[in-house]
Amino acid sequence: MKATLTRYAPLLLLAVLWELAPRLGLIDPQTLPPLSAVVRAWVELLRDGDLATNGLSSLQNLVAGLALGIVVGVVLGISMAWYRPVEVLINPLIRVLYPLPRSALIPVMILWFGLGAASKIAAVFLGCLLPVVIGAFNGARGVEEVLIWSALAAGAKRHQVLWEVVLPAAMPEILAGVRNALALSFILLVAAEFIISQRGMGYLISSYGEGGAYDAMFAGVLTVSAVGFFADRLYLALMGWALRWRG
Amino acid sequence: MGISFREVSHTYRPPRGRPVLALENVSLEVREREFLALLGPSGCGKSTLLYLLGGFLPVEAGTITVGGRPVSGPGPDRGIVFQSFALFPWKTVRQNILYGLEKQRLPRAAREKRAQDLIELVHLRGFENSYPAQLSGGMKQRVAIARTLAIDPAILLMDEPFGALDAQTRALMHEELLAIIRRTPKTVVFVTHDVREAVYLADRVAVMSARPGRIKEIVDTSFAGEHGSEIAGTREFAEKVERLWGLVRNEAIIAQERQGS
Repeated sequence: MKATLTRYAPLLLLAVLWELAPRLGLIDPQTLPPLSAVVRAWVELLRDGDLATNGLSSLQNLVAGLALGIVVGVVLGISMAWYRPVEVLINPLIRVLYPLPRSALIPVMILWFGLGAASKIAAVFLGCLLPVVIGAFNGARGVEEVLIWSALAAGAKRHQVLWEVVLPAAMPEILAGVRNALALSFILLVAAEFIISQRGMGYLISSYGEGGAYDAMFAGVLTVSAVGFFADRLYLALMGWALRWRG
Repeated sequence: MGISFREVSHTYRPPRGRPVLALENVSLEVREREFLALLGPSGCGKSTLLYLLGGFLPVEAGTITVGGRPVSGPGPDRGIVFQSFALFPWKTVRQNILYGLEKQRLPRAAREKRAQDLIELVHLRGFENSYPAQLSGGMKQRVAIARTLAIDPAILLMDEPFGALDAQTRALMHEELLAIIRRTPKTVVFVTHDVREAVYLADRVAVMSARPGRIKEIVDTSFAGEHGSEIAGTREFAEKVERLWGLVRNEAIIAQERQGS
């Protein structure tokens, strides 16, 4: 209890400063509305359904893009480690794409998939792909030879070894890659929603910002930050459970 | 099943650097239900010979036959135990032991029964649901042995299986291994660099030369079928150890000098 209090004390302090600074005239309330006003705006957004509509839209696209990125990334990464020709083909592409800022791809996605959900999902998917591919590739490549040999000696076929040994042995690195992908997915989705202004949390934030309703804008920013934070916490707990065998 | 190596050579090709001739013209017969130890200095290719027999490395020169048939890949007739245990760390003790049994297409009830019998055999009752990371080195190796015994291979390949254990644990494991083999006789090929261990366990000891590995001499250590603690204190035992140590010592010096250069 005390440890939790200590850990969150800085956040509490920040909240108090946020409330006081605009009220005491240290900061222009136009630049930073007091926290209480932001909370009031948040309740209003919740009441009129704005938050639910846009939040749900964002969540759907996030989950779709992330799930696609994980599945394709794991398959690609393990294939690269297991089949030499796949590595020769894919590895140079990854090296070239790695330093590219992922958000630079959003306009390209719009060009290809139009101004809609497909482009947002594609942007999240592409952003999540690389960390998952790299995690799966490194994990699968690092599998100890003796584990594979043990499975073969027990009578496993080569394709069974892939499922039963390589995939679980690579799991710690895959899950670490997915955690990076999770963080990236929030960034990319909100960025895409800024540009494709139809719905979603990014749209909510930018439209209230442009309309001068800064308390509502901040309410949107806070919501995205909080959801991102709790998604990461939840993911860490799931990861700990999935890797409980590590002792 | 008997094993036969004929003129087996093997070249190790590292990803970078020059190829190394690891084995040169190795010919060796292992009789059915015999316990044969491969003794030699580190880097002499004794593990490579075992991996070739296991089918994990391709036989490039010469032939290896098991029960008269050439080895062409790994198979459940040859079980293997590694020095590093090689347990599946994401599986519990029971799941590790069940792995091979699932491949054998045994009915579920029979699998569970056999797994439980093996857990008893290697004295791991109470640890069925532990993960390898929660076990000591000796316990891990007992799980590995149980996993390999589960599929009842005719041939047991052991690659310095007790090399990572402390002296007391190793002594206990020697007793257990001998007891297990007495109960379910098998052909055993046991790789070690420990002279006493080889004499203690094996019927015959094949001494290998420093790289490139060749069979230098084969010494009978059967003591009229007695093994383990019954023979450990005898004069014959001491003499065999002395003799084998003499054979292995020169090779170890050559290997060491080569490592230094």
